[in-house]
Amino acid sequence: MSVDRDDATNDLSGPASNPTLSHLTRSNFDLDTPEKPYLDSNELIINMGPQHPATHGVLRVILKLDGEKVLGTECVIGYLHRGVEKIGENRTYAMFNPYVDRMDYVSAVSNGLGYCEAVEKLMNVEAPPRANYIRVILTELNRIASHQLWLGTHALDIGAMTPLFYTFRDREEILKIFEKYCGARLTTHAFRIGGCLYETYAGFEKEVNNFLSFVAPKIDEYEELLTTNRIWLERTKNVGVISGEDCIALGVTGPVLRASGVKWDLRKAQPYAAYSKFDFEIPTGENGDTYDRYLVRMEEMRQSLRIIEQAANSIPEGPIMAKVPKVIKPPVGEIYHSIEAPKGELGYFIVSDGSTQPYRVRVRPPSFVNLQALDRMVRGLLVADVIAVIGTIDIVLGEVDR
Amino acid sequence: MAEDVKAPVPPSPPEGEKTPAAETRSGAAAKAPAPAKAEGPVPVPWTSPLVEKYRKQYGSGLEALTYLGQNYLNVDRALIPNILRLLRDEEQFDYCVDITAVHYPKREKQFDVLWNLYSYARNERMRVKTQIVDGDSIASCVSIWPTANWLEREVYDMFGIQFDGHPDLKRILLPDGWKGHPLRKDYGILQQDKEWVQINLGIESGQ
Repeated sequence: MSVDRDDATNDLSGPASNPTLSHLTRSNFDLDTPEKPYLDSNELIINMGPQHPATHGVLRVILKLDGEKVLGTECVIGYLHRGVEKIGENRTYAMFNPYVDRMDYVSAVSNGLGYCEAVEKLMNVEAPPRANYIRVILTELNRIASHQLWLGTHALDIGAMTPLFYTFRDREEILKIFEKYCGARLTTHAFRIGGCLYETYAGFEKEVNNFLSFVAPKIDEYEELLTTNRIWLERTKNVGVISGEDCIALGVTGPVLRASGVKWDLRKAQPYAAYSKFDFEIPTGENGDTYDRYLVRMEEMRQSLRIIEQAANSIPEGPIMAKVPKVIKPPVGEIYHSIEAPKGELGYFIVSDGSTQPYRVRVRPPSFVNLQALDRMVRGLLVADVIAVIGTIDIVLGEVDR
Repeated sequence: MAEDVKAPVPPSPPEGEKTPAAETRSGAAAKAPAPAKAEGPVPVPWTSPLVEKYRKQYGSGLEALTYLGQNYLNVDRALIPNILRLLRDEEQFDYCVDITAVHYPKREKQFDVLWNLYSYARNERMRVKTQIVDGDSIASCVSIWPTANWLEREVYDMFGIQFDGHPDLKRILLPDGWKGHPLRKDYGILQQDKEWVQINLGIESGQ
């Protein structure tokens, strides 16, 4: 790592039991009373966002700069807060299902899968095997779509415009499959508590297989554009480095964690749906920099293709819906269930009081927790790198703010 | 660590015979004023080397249960900082997945505060739970898991629970001047909305 972090700005507070964590527990810098009565002539506090094309939504980052160098950041979030958890308390279990699609709106299928499985667990029912296969296929398609959207926008932020057109062109094919399956392209509401509502349409397997052979060379094409591109390397290598230990301490999950060398994926660690039946690898990186995160996501897309191929060619026959009462009333109790969403661990903690509405729904959003690592990743870098790092964390503000 | 780290999962208690929805189909749309106690599994004691160890140390201050195969510890508020620290340092629960709370306005101790933990080494989840009365503060665990910083801020924002020793406890999702804490059960959504839009937007109602 070539950048030197300015440790003088780390306002450490609170007793750190473990000195190795002390650099992560600092408070935000106090904007009203800077440490020095007058800012240095070259010290500057500027706002990035909330209306900024590279913040992927309405994220405001307050940057404290020394010239071009970032001394510290503070994220101001909540611009997109809709009170999803409060809404959940005022809807029945089934009615809340479409709302979860609107958190991470580029991977709505994953959100729905996590929620449906959590409620199923709470009710002690299990989705039938056929439903689980359909769920896996659609979720993995959605993972590819999410990574494609990430790649396009992330590359665009850094200045490469072509990948955006390529990825959006290919993502369209996935959305077409979604549209044919459930009528919606983005906020799909594809699954129901207990299984799937829709049977696969005629020719579903064939279309999925066609997509696989269509998109595999396209992923190579993205790599051709970027992987050895000199500008891309300059902008991403050794930028936003974070170690595996720091990731764990900060609760970071998903591709960011794996790029830092921690081989952990919920699909393998605690398999859900039908994932235990499929053969796939967990790609990991070594350096934990923006480039490695890019490589990890590229490889993840290929692994998703492998999963889809296995699943699409072996969908079992049978019902697609478990025996679930019309009115969903889980017994009194609480449950935590989490899945590997494209961005990391997406968890639902649901408390039931035995009525038709959840007593409490807590969403553990991967974007929200991962975004907290931004400050750790950009200190000491340049302003332009902040853009690269926001992109590489892959946040969706709908999920950060909920 | 210990060789048998996997907590034994007790057989789940027998299922209730009747499906709760069958008899209430008619009045399903409205929330039942007094929800009938649906028959279902009940929490059963959780036994594992970890629990035994802490029970020796802390005695009655903690209760270990398992529900639907998920383990949790009910811990006295005073023991929270110690238990959380020990869980990380000795039991390898190095990943704090989530911190959240649940509001039960009818109880004397109104809030459940929950820490959702995971151990990479053991591939095991557990929850730590404590009950506090309204106005009580609780020890911050930012120094144990730095990820707690934002999570505790969110709990403060949504429930008004204070965390002692948090480096920068302020609202995170709602604006700084917001009144009240929305995820409390007694929070009036509509009144709040009217007041805010009248002052800030100059319109009668946001609804």
